[in-house]
Amino acid sequence: MITMEHVCKSYKIAKRNAGFGEAVKALFHRDYEVIHALKDVNFTISDGEIVGYIGPNGAGKSSTIKILSGILTPDCGTVLVDGRDPFKNRIKHVKEIGVVFGQRSQLWWDVPVIDSFELLKDIYSIPDSHYRQSLEELTELLDLSELMRSPARQLSLGQRMRCEIAASLLHRPRILFLDEPTIGLDAVSKLAVRNFILELNKTRGTTVILTTHDMQDIEALASRIILIGKGRILLDGTLDDIRRGGDNIDETVAELYRTYNI
Amino acid sequence: MKKYLSFFRLRFTMNLQYRAAAFGGVATQFAWGFMEIMIFAAFYRADENAFPMSLASTASYLWLQQAFLALFATWMTEQEIFDTIVNGNIAYELCRPVDIYGMWFSRSIATRLSRAVLRCFPILIVAAFLPYPYGICAPAGPKHFILFLITLLLGLAMTVSFCVLIYILAFFTISPVGLQMIFTSMTDFFAGALIPLPFFPAKLQTVMELLPFAAMQNVPLRIYSGSMSGHEMQKAVFLQIFWLIVVTAAGKMLCRAAQKRVTVQGG
Repeated sequence: MITMEHVCKSYKIAKRNAGFGEAVKALFHRDYEVIHALKDVNFTISDGEIVGYIGPNGAGKSSTIKILSGILTPDCGTVLVDGRDPFKNRIKHVKEIGVVFGQRSQLWWDVPVIDSFELLKDIYSIPDSHYRQSLEELTELLDLSELMRSPARQLSLGQRMRCEIAASLLHRPRILFLDEPTIGLDAVSKLAVRNFILELNKTRGTTVILTTHDMQDIEALASRIILIGKGRILLDGTLDDIRRGGDNIDETVAELYRTYNI
Repeated sequence: MKKYLSFFRLRFTMNLQYRAAAFGGVATQFAWGFMEIMIFAAFYRADENAFPMSLASTASYLWLQQAFLALFATWMTEQEIFDTIVNGNIAYELCRPVDIYGMWFSRSIATRLSRAVLRCFPILIVAAFLPYPYGICAPAGPKHFILFLITLLLGLAMTVSFCVLIYILAFFTISPVGLQMIFTSMTDFFAGALIPLPFFPAKLQTVMELLPFAAMQNVPLRIYSGSMSGHEMQKAVFLQIFWLIVVTAAGKMLCRAAQKRVTVQGG
């Protein structure tokens, strides 16, 4: 169970206009602007749900994921994941969660993928039998057998992403945070990843929170949708709740963003 | 503990594959070593008695320094660690059940040891066969040799502890360039990497020997060549342990503070 109550998060950002003169001026005086990424965010997610967390660019999706995974501290409010404060009990907390950041890499660049997996096995203290079983399953479902012995730097984006997802699941997390996990995947891999997530949710009851701009991902996976815009939760419902107007899902969502003026 | 050993192992084996870098390193260190010894030899020819160490001891110091450069050079920081902070990949490191400090520490030790292992043997072997007083001499005694090995490891731990402190400071400054410039030129000077500490004026040397920088390469290299008295050695080892504890503790405290205010760069 995940609860967020009255969570706020702001960042201080140095801003200046373009040009050399402005750059020199910034040496002596810097203008900071405080960006409120999250303003009073509240929601509760039960075990076994798949939640699509959507919103336009810069809405606060990634900040939420980072707070839930214990990487960032909220400025105010309470966050509880299975009764734990993610930041204060970071080490205990992260054992139970898996995170995929679609635009980053967790694999070691210069060594074969399997070496990164072996390291994760030790980091999470995964017992041998569990590890072998997880690895077998993931290899089959995500079609990794050809990729495992290559260094991460020689994989294409889509191939690497499949390995990244596998890496985040080796320790069988109870909660999975996916921050744009289908970036760069081809149609076949995308379908494979979606089926895989559904399967994981069905057989193990893994809670999944997914942020994406690919609305087909949301359509295929999410039983519940949370819409965030300008740091506030604007809508919390099912896919049917937002299905008014627009012929396809992308138009529907664009219409929704327009409605909320975000 | 096993986690950190795994980091160590992966890093160590990974670095062993960079053969070209090792070859380049060995060549550079040879050139540098010969150059330094020639300069010192020219000075010694003017007046041999004007110097605090004999030419043979200085040559041993320089060759050991070149052979184990990878253990002590503070400019050899790990760009990858700075990169994770600058580009925000630190997010992944923070969602692992490991202590950031311990992870960076074990990883840096592994990098330095693997580099040193690949580079030290050719240099040590060739330097051992160079004619007296230009080569490396046998250690001053068996006791000195054992103490050399112990202080070598302490000095390595001290160097790594210092570098991890710089990594953590990069959390606050985001760009590591300035930090690296200030700290590496400072350590090169104060650690005896440019000129061995005994060559400094006596008063300055007394102060320099108390600083944490002197707890790095200065101690093992001078103990090997026997240029420290028994009492001086005792004091030096004590200071090494003292500074190791202080710098590590400071690093850990700063690391905790950094994590609280960390901003993950880029989305």
